[in-house]
Amino acid sequence: MSLFDQFIGHLYVFILAAFLGLSVITRVSPMLHTPLMSLTNAISAISVVAAIEIAGKQESTLATILGTTAVALAFANVVGGFMITDRMLKMFKKREPAAAKH
Amino acid sequence: MSMLLTLAEVVEAGTKAGSPDLQQIFSTATYIIAGICFILSLKWLSSPTSARRGNIVGEIGMAAAIIGALLQHNIISYEWIITGLVLGTLIGAPLAIWMPMTAVPQRTAFSHACGALAAALVGTAHFYIAANVGPALDHTTMAILCVEVLLGALTFTGSLMAFGKLQEILPQRPITFKGQNYFNFLILGLALATGVVLSINPSMTMLFPLLLVLAMLFGVLLIIPIGGADMPTVIALLNSYAGMSACLMGFVLHNQLLIIAGALDGASGFVLSIIMCKAMNRSFTNVLFGAFGQLQTTAGGPGEKRTVRSGTPEEAAQIMEAAQSVIIIPGYGMAVAQAQHKVREMFDQLTKRGVDVKFAIHPVAGRMPGHMNVLLAEAEIPYDKLIEMDEINGEFPQCDVALVIGANDVVNPAARHDKNSPIYGMPILDADKARTVMAIKRSMKPGFAGIENELYFADNCMMLFGDAKAVVASVAKELADAAK
Repeated sequence: MSLFDQFIGHLYVFILAAFLGLSVITRVSPMLHTPLMSLTNAISAISVVAAIEIAGKQESTLATILGTTAVALAFANVVGGFMITDRMLKMFKKREPAAAKH
Repeated sequence: MSMLLTLAEVVEAGTKAGSPDLQQIFSTATYIIAGICFILSLKWLSSPTSARRGNIVGEIGMAAAIIGALLQHNIISYEWIITGLVLGTLIGAPLAIWMPMTAVPQRTAFSHACGALAAALVGTAHFYIAANVGPALDHTTMAILCVEVLLGALTFTGSLMAFGKLQEILPQRPITFKGQNYFNFLILGLALATGVVLSINPSMTMLFPLLLVLAMLFGVLLIIPIGGADMPTVIALLNSYAGMSACLMGFVLHNQLLIIAGALDGASGFVLSIIMCKAMNRSFTNVLFGAFGQLQTTAGGPGEKRTVRSGTPEEAAQIMEAAQSVIIIPGYGMAVAQAQHKVREMFDQLTKRGVDVKFAIHPVAGRMPGHMNVLLAEAEIPYDKLIEMDEINGEFPQCDVALVIGANDVVNPAARHDKNSPIYGMPILDADKARTVMAIKRSMKPGFAGIENELYFADNCMMLFGDAKAVVASVAKELADAAK
């Protein structure tokens, strides 16, 4: 497969994913837009996968330093993003008026 | 057992034919699982009842992808990877655990900066590996890599600027100078030109740092002229950029999981920034290049001094007690005053008396999309009482009391009829249509956008001057005392 064909393949994946993203995201309740942003932030930290490869294959000192830094930064978003999303989502509760405190 | 054997045979045959080995198949499988998990994760976020499940499936997807990445056969050493993972946990976890909910916008801006920098660094590392170790990059890959690094680097510094503005390290007001937009475009043009030269001749490695510097400079210049009130849009836009740079990285590295995850994030940020723009009746270009909130000289408007009616918390409590329905309109001022827990007390008191209390949430209330809902949920206000603008606007004419707490521009009727108002055309909450309007405000000083609000001069409006937390607390106390 030529490089050009590969890019076209990627482009198809991108277009499908983008349209899927648009239709899924527009259905997210506006109430949850902040958790949505922290969750997508964690998901886009998927670049940790690429960073791991660069930090691990040790092609040059520079690349290893850059890779390790990228692993740390992206993984900070993975850990932080999922944790804070969960912290926020835990707070959204439906409560019966009868169960009100006081 | 026999299945496994067959699979092993197939793999062996495949390896001989130059196809990927078992390890590679496993890695690929984890990536496919991760892709599915991410999509389900966002799908389940559609409602608060399934949202936590969505978050968990997202975590599973991420764990699968990371395991898959760790098992890649070209990894020869794990010490630096583990160092990175430990460092990342040490940065990320404390920020997530102890960050107060009012500071979530800053945290989000900061994490966009981290994510974008990570993307830019991966791109940079890939470039130098290709330049120093090989194999050399072709023109197309190089062009995409340049765009990826450009986007990553500008999002990094841009997000830091947004962080600074939200954290109030930097001035909230737009920072502008003469010919700013031309200068910005010049810098962007230079960065793009550097990218083009690099794509044509990838061996000109000395141009690469120049590209990085120009992109970072452009990121700073792009965000400093944007005012604090526009931060919800800016955060959403930077979210989109961070996603797109991850996506482009997928193109460079031929990794379709990165393309999918990046596209999802890019789409999310894009949708949110469009929602924010619509909620303020502004266009993208206007947000980015308009320097809004800069000089609201308010040349027009009535010159005569108008009077406002000022009330006490006792009066407010009496009116609300007698009401059948109360709609509370919270704004960022409520969060700044940390009044949300006192608002909950008042909510409880009123609900106990059978008063129907709802919250009207404007899309731009707070400092990032959906921020106000999180703040109210934190104060344990049931989420079915948080109503979006379009749904609740029809209820104001039948509502007895509209209580505005720390909100201003989102209830300014001038947006509906005053063509000279800078916020003309912006969709607002129709608080003025309620029988009685109460507004808690520190003073008559105009709000974030610097525009005077005619709502406060209306006949049915009563002003409650003071700190939001103190005023709400004394209203709640009045209500509690009256109940005894």
